[in-house]
Amino acid sequence: MVPVKYMLLIYSNPESWASLSAEQREGLSRAHESLTRELSEQGLLVSAAGLADPITSRTVSVRDDTTTTTDGPYAEAKEHLAGFYLVECDNIDQAIGYAARMPDAKYVAVEVRPVMDASGLEM
Amino acid sequence: MTAFDLLLREQAPQVLSALVRHYGHFDLAEEAVQEALLAATQQWPDEGVPDNPRGWLIRVGSRRLTDLLRSESARRRREENAAQMAAPEEFVAAGPEIDDPGGRDDTLTLLFLCCHPALSPASQIALTLRAVGGLTTAQIAAAFLVPEPTMAQRISRAKRSIKQAGSSFEMPPEAERDERMGAVLHVLYLIFNEGYTASSGTALHSAELTTEAIRLVRGVRKLLPDDGEVAGLLALMLLTDARRPARTGVDGALVPLAEQDRSLWNKDTIVEGESLVTDALSRTQLGPYQVQAAIAAVHDTAEQADDTDWRQIVALYDVLEQMSDNPMVKLNHAVAVAMAVGPKEGLAVLEPLESDDRLTDNHRLEAVRAHLQEMSGDLAGARESYLHAARRTTSVPERNYLQSKADRLI
Repeated sequence: MVPVKYMLLIYSNPESWASLSAEQREGLSRAHESLTRELSEQGLLVSAAGLADPITSRTVSVRDDTTTTTDGPYAEAKEHLAGFYLVECDNIDQAIGYAARMPDAKYVAVEVRPVMDASGLEM
Repeated sequence: MTAFDLLLREQAPQVLSALVRHYGHFDLAEEAVQEALLAATQQWPDEGVPDNPRGWLIRVGSRRLTDLLRSESARRRREENAAQMAAPEEFVAAGPEIDDPGGRDDTLTLLFLCCHPALSPASQIALTLRAVGGLTTAQIAAAFLVPEPTMAQRISRAKRSIKQAGSSFEMPPEAERDERMGAVLHVLYLIFNEGYTASSGTALHSAELTTEAIRLVRGVRKLLPDDGEVAGLLALMLLTDARRPARTGVDGALVPLAEQDRSLWNKDTIVEGESLVTDALSRTQLGPYQVQAAIAAVHDTAEQADDTDWRQIVALYDVLEQMSDNPMVKLNHAVAVAMAVGPKEGLAVLEPLESDDRLTDNHRLEAVRAHLQEMSGDLAGARESYLHAARRTTSVPERNYLQSKADRLI
C-alpha cells in the first residue's frame, strides 16, 4: 500500500519532566532534533511541534449556544500531550520504530495512531 | 488536463532520456527537465508552441543541466581536493545541441530506474510521477496531501538512493526483467488506486492520478504490445475507472457495487477494457492482472447486479488464488462464494483467514463477515461485525458506510 499518515503523540507529566537532569533534557532536545532532521531528509515528515505546558491551556465548551472558557486542560490527567509528529510511513511498525527512538517513550509514553483519510473502497 | 499539459507531459520522459543518454547524471538531468517544462509553461502560452517542442525542451534542459553540472563541479572542488576532480569541461564537453533520439523511446528504461528496488513504494511513486509523468512536485504533493517540501525531499532522496545503488540508465539484465517489470506495473497500479479510492474531498487531484496512471500504462503498452499483463493492467484500470461516476453519492458517500446506478457507468471504457482483456487472455501468458480484469469485466457487463455471473467470478478467484497467496483475494473469493452458493459457504471460506496474521488488523475481514452474516439472517452478529469494522477502518467514507449498515440493523 502507499504510505499512511501516523500521528505520534508524545505524553509527559510534570513529575517526569521535573525529575530530568540537565543532561537528560539536553539529550531529549538532541534526540528530537536528529529525528526531525532525519524524517525531514527522508521526505516523511508532514509536521511536528512541541506544545506549551498545559498550564497555558484554555478549554472551550459551548452549551446552549453559550461559550465558556476555562483556564487549564480539559481533564486533570496525570499525563498530558507534550508534542506531536505527523509522519508518513509504509506501515505502523515503521512509525513505532520512530516513536521508540524518542526519549519520551522511556520517561512516559508515545502513542502511535493512524490518521483517517478520505479514501475508501466500495464494498 | 489541457492539451498543452498533455503535450508537455508526453515530452517529459523523452527529453529526460535524451539528456541522460548524453550527459549521464540522472539526478541533475531530472532537475533540468523540470525547469525546462516550467520554462515552457511560462513561455509557450505567449510565444506559441515551437515547431519542434521536444527539440526546444531538450535545448533548454540541456543548457540548464550544463549550469547545474558546472555549479556541482565547483561545489565539489571546494569540498574536495581539486586534484582528484575532473575539470568542469569534462562534464560539459558536449555542446548544448543534442540529437533528438527520434524513434527511440527510453520510457521503459526510465520506468525501471524510477521503480528501482532500492526505493520504498512511496518514493517509487513520487519519482515515477515526476520523471516519467512530468508532474510538478507541487502537483504530486497535493495529490498525496503532504507539504511540497516533504515531497521535494522524498524525490531528491529517491534520486540519491538510485545513485548510491550504482544504477545506470540501462535496461535491467534479462534475468531480472520479469521481476523489475512486476515492480513497474505494481507502482502504476498503486498510482491508479490512490486516485481511484480517494473520495470527494480530493476528487480534483484523484481524477488526475487515475488519468495519469492510465496514460502511463497506455504508454508502456505501446512499447510492449504483446505483454499480457500490461494489457491486463490497462484493462483492469479501465474496467474499474468506468464505474467511477456511480461509486460515490453526492455527499461523497460510498455506493456499494450492488447498489450503483449502472446507467452512469462509462460504456466506451467498459468496451475497451473488455476487448483488451479478452484479447490478452486468448493469446498471451495468463497473469494476475488479466484475471482481475476478467473479474471486473464480469461485473461491468452485467446489466443489473442480479444478472452478475457469480459462478464465473468464483472460478476466476480460484485461478487468481493459485497465482497469488493474498488474503485480500481470499476475502473477495468468500463474497463471490456467498453470492454463487450461499452465505454459510462464504463464511466457511473466511474461516482460515481468522488466524492469518496479515489480516489481524484489517477491518475488511470484519466488514465481509458482517455482510455475509447479514445475508444469512444473523442480524445481531452482522451488526456487531459492522460496528467492529467501523471502529477499525482509517477511511472516513468506509467508516460512515459501515456505521450506517450497523444502524439499519437495530
